[in-house]
Amino acid sequence: MTMRFRIYRYNPEADQKPYMQDYELQDVGGDMMLLDALLILKEQDPTLTFRRSCREGVCGSDGMNINGTNGLACITPLSGLKQPVEVRPMPRLPVIRDLIVDMDQFYKQYRDVKPFLTVKDPLPEAELQQTPKQRDRLDGLYECILCGCCSTQCPSFWWNPDKFLGPAALLQAARFLCDSRDQATQERLEALDDPFKLFRCHTIMNCVDVCPKGLNPTKAIGEIKKMMVKKSL
Amino acid sequence: MTINSIQTRRFDTLIIGAGGGGLRAALQLAEADASVAVVSKVFPTRSHTVAAQGGMNAALANVLPDNWHWHMFDTVKGSDYLGDQDAIEYMCRAAPKVVYELEHFGVPFSRLDNGRIYQRPFGGQSQNFGGEQAARTCAAADRTGHAILHSLYQQNIRARTHFFDEYFAVDLLKDDEGNVLGAFVFDIHTGEEIIIEAKTTLIATGGAGQLFRTTTNALINTGDGMAMALRAGVPLQDMEFFQFHPTGIAGRGMLITEGARGEGGYLVNAMGERLMERYAPKAKDLASRDVVSRAIYTEVKEGRGCGPNKDHVMLKLDHLGEDVLQKRLPGIRQTCITFLGIDPAEQAIPVYPTAHYTMGGIPTDRYGQVVVPVKDTPEEPVNGLYAAGECACVSVHGANRLGGNSLLDILVFGRSAANHIIGYLKENRYHRPMNEASVEKAWQRLHRWDKTGEGESVERIRADLKKSMEDNCGVFRTQEVLDNGIKEVSAIAERLKEARISDHTGMFNTARVEALELENLMDVALATVYSASARTESRGAHSRIDYPERDDKNWMKHSLYSSEGRKLDYKPVRTKPMSVTSFPPRPRVY
Repeated sequence: MTMRFRIYRYNPEADQKPYMQDYELQDVGGDMMLLDALLILKEQDPTLTFRRSCREGVCGSDGMNINGTNGLACITPLSGLKQPVEVRPMPRLPVIRDLIVDMDQFYKQYRDVKPFLTVKDPLPEAELQQTPKQRDRLDGLYECILCGCCSTQCPSFWWNPDKFLGPAALLQAARFLCDSRDQATQERLEALDDPFKLFRCHTIMNCVDVCPKGLNPTKAIGEIKKMMVKKSL
Repeated sequence: MTINSIQTRRFDTLIIGAGGGGLRAALQLAEADASVAVVSKVFPTRSHTVAAQGGMNAALANVLPDNWHWHMFDTVKGSDYLGDQDAIEYMCRAAPKVVYELEHFGVPFSRLDNGRIYQRPFGGQSQNFGGEQAARTCAAADRTGHAILHSLYQQNIRARTHFFDEYFAVDLLKDDEGNVLGAFVFDIHTGEEIIIEAKTTLIATGGAGQLFRTTTNALINTGDGMAMALRAGVPLQDMEFFQFHPTGIAGRGMLITEGARGEGGYLVNAMGERLMERYAPKAKDLASRDVVSRAIYTEVKEGRGCGPNKDHVMLKLDHLGEDVLQKRLPGIRQTCITFLGIDPAEQAIPVYPTAHYTMGGIPTDRYGQVVVPVKDTPEEPVNGLYAAGECACVSVHGANRLGGNSLLDILVFGRSAANHIIGYLKENRYHRPMNEASVEKAWQRLHRWDKTGEGESVERIRADLKKSMEDNCGVFRTQEVLDNGIKEVSAIAERLKEARISDHTGMFNTARVEALELENLMDVALATVYSASARTESRGAHSRIDYPERDDKNWMKHSLYSSEGRKLDYKPVRTKPMSVTSFPPRPRVY
């Protein structure tokens, strides 16, 4: 099978402005992923630039916009894609080159929610105890791979990337708010109590649709809101 | 750009690599108020630690009786008696403390009903020095590496560690006396080159699984730190020992954790027989990885493989039930659905041995200090240079690593290297003068790729190298095949000298990064084939058809390969533990 691709190209050193480049790939196997295709295209055109590492959807390097929807190239089967497959960098973040975006803003939002376990009591000499039920609350929260697919597909993030924290960072906030071991609940909730940081989420749910790990940031944001209401009562 | 205009940054410690080893060390140092720079060619959470699945060994005894001494016995036996017993004792004793620390850092370990950390059985584990199966592997479902790497990165955010994300380290810098002074690196985003001066440098760059065509390893695992060490005149130790994981997805290489067998999965051949009963009557599917990989290879070779080409065996998990799969193995279940279109809750998984782990590496002592032979001393520390994790060879894995000991290794020795560095920094308060010649050499290495004109492509040479390594340095080896490997890899290395890249721009030039990575792989490939060809015995993962027995009389020693002259040297195994009596070599049966 032959497949056609239209790929966003931009090298600020060489190009006046971005353009779409057409590629054709012969002998596309039925079980190939988009990343497999990009790697072959890069063999033919070594200037084609994208991030990649694990090839199996756990490192979060190869988030990109595929036929209008964000996803990870390494776990997006070619067989399900309409041709020509249009591949662009994830929206709204500054493009460094081709499919590579500058994720500084995204990482800053992550750091802003203080994404680390905070325990104030003296630590025991063994593990902190946690029941399986308490631990279950972290499922669906801790698996985030920071690929950026959700936040860069979120209209609220597009409008206020500097003020709204975005679904990925808020999912992380929920991950620590829901951890029975964490003792900074009050501070975390207070820090989020702001017209923009959290409350700009309008439950558009793009984040849920695109998350390559099947996570649900909208639900996590709802949990945070519930905790906030409880706190204020 | 000229050398004189290169900016210099100064830190107490430079850490190259931001996987579990590098981040654990960085955290320890940051908390001791040392100034630390972590240089990583990828954003830290993209490092390959993230892909570790099954878990991390520690004798917590949360599920079954256990103690560190049994863990030590299993590790020595697993290493086929090539592991250094002092380092192994140190690691196994430290393990519980290191796991508890991780838990305090926030790692979301799976839990038992009593609230303690969940532990599962893994290969090569026993109670009471070779008795009943143990359950020693602490797990966060089958995403333990992800859970650990993210938690460590998060704690480093708290500690305000200084990260150089997406910077590529070209080479170590050192002076004429051999003191290591830091590294020459460049910013992948902008192409800007900088010198990072450091009183101590820790290499934590991981393994070199990209040596092989089919591998569980990420594309970034190109042995960069090992090659840097070689070029700095440090030999690599025990490079002939490369682990093939028994259960990579056949033909594709994605890892299916040993935890799948730990939870009760088993391997079957074309006749539906539980094949491991024949090769390891007692431990069966939880024998050591080298044993299971050879068993699968043999089944296929003797015509009992599955599928139309009879080229793999099947891993059965469907009898475990959907609940267990979803609770304990959700990641590999998803991987199978994504890449094979099959749900292991219903169908068996096609698997085959796949390149997985570099047992060899940069020789270190148990404090992470890089040690080299100097005159009559086999292990003299290199001033200012440390290594930890898969790039290092302490050696705790010897000829074969046990599942669950890799995460343990990176965390124990990342931490212990940092502790030693903290002491070193107290004694060595000032940076040594920079060595211009060393900078010039590193600069030349980078700018060799500025050359234009005709030349072979990096992509083609890389493909040839990986194929040659797979053909000549696989699960079973012979003199003839290994010597052919030396011949082929040497010829490919010659071709690389004349290769060219077509992209000479500065910003995010991945073609240039890949060229530098291939040079690193090439040096590591040469070390591997030369070391393998010289060792005329079978031990652990190094299986010689022409020398099927272990030969303790002649070969209970570590190999040391040096790039200069491609020479091999040897040093004795450290058989004396720190405090307990030595485990003498015995026949290894499971």
